[in-house]
Amino acid sequence: MSLTGQLRYHFMKDIGAPALMGLQNITKKKRIRKPDPLFAPPLECTARLKEIMTRHYYLARFVPGAKPVAWVTSGAPVELLRSFGFYTIYPENHGSLVGAKKQGANMCAIAEGAGYSPDLCSYARIDLAHTLSGKTPAGRLPKPDILFAANNICQTIVYWFKAIAHHYDIPLILLDTPFNYSAINDGDIKYMVAQLQEMIPVLEQAAKKKFNYAEFQEIIGRARDTSLAWSDVLATMKNRPAPMTIFETFFHLAPIVSLRGLPVTYDYYQILLEELQQRVRQGIGAVTNERKRLMWDNIAIWYKVRDHSVQFAEQGMNFVTATYTNAWAETTVYMDVNNPFESMAKTYSLVILNNNLDYRLRLMERLIKEYQVDGLVIHSARSCKPYSVGQYDIKRKLRERLGIPAVVIDGDITDARAYSEEQTRTRLEAFFETMGD
Amino acid sequence: MPNDYFAGIDVGSLSTEAVIVDSNKHLLSYSIVNTGINSSAAAEEALSEALQKAELPRNRIAKIIATGYGRAAVGAAHKRMTEITCHAAGAQQLFPEVRTVIDIGGQDSKVIHIGQDGQLVDFAMNDKCAAGTGRFLEIMAKRLEVKLEKLGDLALLAEKAVSISNTCTVFAESEVVSLVAQNHPIDEIIRGLHVAIVNRIWNQVQTVGVHGQVALTGGVALNRGVVNLLEEKLEQTLEIYSEPQIVGALGAAILASK
Repeated sequence: MSLTGQLRYHFMKDIGAPALMGLQNITKKKRIRKPDPLFAPPLECTARLKEIMTRHYYLARFVPGAKPVAWVTSGAPVELLRSFGFYTIYPENHGSLVGAKKQGANMCAIAEGAGYSPDLCSYARIDLAHTLSGKTPAGRLPKPDILFAANNICQTIVYWFKAIAHHYDIPLILLDTPFNYSAINDGDIKYMVAQLQEMIPVLEQAAKKKFNYAEFQEIIGRARDTSLAWSDVLATMKNRPAPMTIFETFFHLAPIVSLRGLPVTYDYYQILLEELQQRVRQGIGAVTNERKRLMWDNIAIWYKVRDHSVQFAEQGMNFVTATYTNAWAETTVYMDVNNPFESMAKTYSLVILNNNLDYRLRLMERLIKEYQVDGLVIHSARSCKPYSVGQYDIKRKLRERLGIPAVVIDGDITDARAYSEEQTRTRLEAFFETMGD
Repeated sequence: MPNDYFAGIDVGSLSTEAVIVDSNKHLLSYSIVNTGINSSAAAEEALSEALQKAELPRNRIAKIIATGYGRAAVGAAHKRMTEITCHAAGAQQLFPEVRTVIDIGGQDSKVIHIGQDGQLVDFAMNDKCAAGTGRFLEIMAKRLEVKLEKLGDLALLAEKAVSISNTCTVFAESEVVSLVAQNHPIDEIIRGLHVAIVNRIWNQVQTVGVHGQVALTGGVALNRGVVNLLEEKLEQTLEIYSEPQIVGALGAAILASK
């Protein structure tokens, strides 16, 4: 880490970036949005969210030379990295950003041109496309010093990150999380704890910083508090009408995914929670005419979030819960500052995608009851095989047990070429007809 | 004179059907025309033809429901509903005991589970692929220079089926070209194609499950090869209306009368 690099980074962080963003706010034409009768006015917090995420991606370009950079998977135990001061980039979050900007198919085509299969996860294709071409609508991502991954979300990640590691000739640090077929056992925990401890010297070397146990504990504590705050944010949607739609939470999820363990994330969810609680007290629903309450399964269809939110709101339907957004609140209970390594092993290996179908079924049953869900929309995502497998069985089981109507829509998280507008419209309209009045 | 007649119009990818029923849900007339490239004109033509057959003036129709892929293009419709709900309603009217409907149309196929009271319980549709639809058979008939209407009977004549490994229509077509070049008997190839399409449909049937009696609707229900192979899989006889293409439009007309 060079002194000039550090000076430049800190100047940009404390003076340059805030000034630039302030300037942008002044020069940006204030769009006066007509109030949309379908929705409550946008949450005031959204401006703060945009500021946090824009600043994160903007500052990233000044990071090399100032801080060690890690590219991290959504399910990796990032708390360990935080204690070394890594600047973290989440390729999956970057992928969702590219998807939301409707650039997914273009980026995927670059990876396909380099020989990657169109059947490969589109987050992986986007990340590989960026690595190979330097292109991204997010400006510029800093070159990683290390890669940090856990295979609790899929096995694809292992091979995808291996390709990136090969490209940059950098270390890949992988946490192997045994799949939870029925119950976690001591052997599994010991295996994961040993891996986490083995990572420490590698991280010390990459970050040129000694591991500090007390600092690590503090970070675990903050991560736990943040996850609890996120959990509280989601729980506000148990109210009728729900103060937020799941489509909004897909975006408000960004800090807990990619800035987990940092004070800014904890602070953000406090203000979001406050605003939502205020809405609940005032009886404001995010969808003005909330007649039916729905649950979403799988990752968002990023290029369709806006369209879907309108399409469902027109029917008086609001999504009040999702297995996807819940994943960052799901295993919080295991986080324990007094037992950080073991608690991380549990927190990260017992998540939905590393767990058996029966677990998933029980989880969905619980969410359906707690959030008073009337119907279920299941996104069968071409990219995400671990998430999409078993969905038809789950759909059938939930109908048998709870009599809940459900529809499966085929699509992809970012690659719009895998989404058929007409087919999806017909399926959704038929679902609306099933739901009746 | 009261307006006590109701119409359903099903604008599909290949053909457009119109059905007129009275307030007792009795079928008065129907028509089938080619959709062509102008969906709204096809809908108008089908409706006019059905009215003519029923000897009714237009103003006696109290309500029109449009369904099918071109439902948005039917200007005269009072309401638009999906073909899923309409096929369920049509099949329910024709065969009250039916709880499962398999519809194989020109560009999609679907399996529908109907509840005790005729309500829609669950459904599955083909993904973004023509395999398992009428289009698959149409393309193969053309490739093999066989009339589409004869295809099913030829499949039944074959003693065995050549295995078609590809589920993609485009790849299956090139597979057929190779099989022809290898001098495989045409009827065995045709039977192989029928086995392929029925297997494809069967996957959808399994996601929804077989409940009670099963009806087959849509133009492909006229293909005896498909019917035969499906019945073997189901281990029961399919309920098939004499004009299976009009079931969606009939359902739309029934729903309009409610």
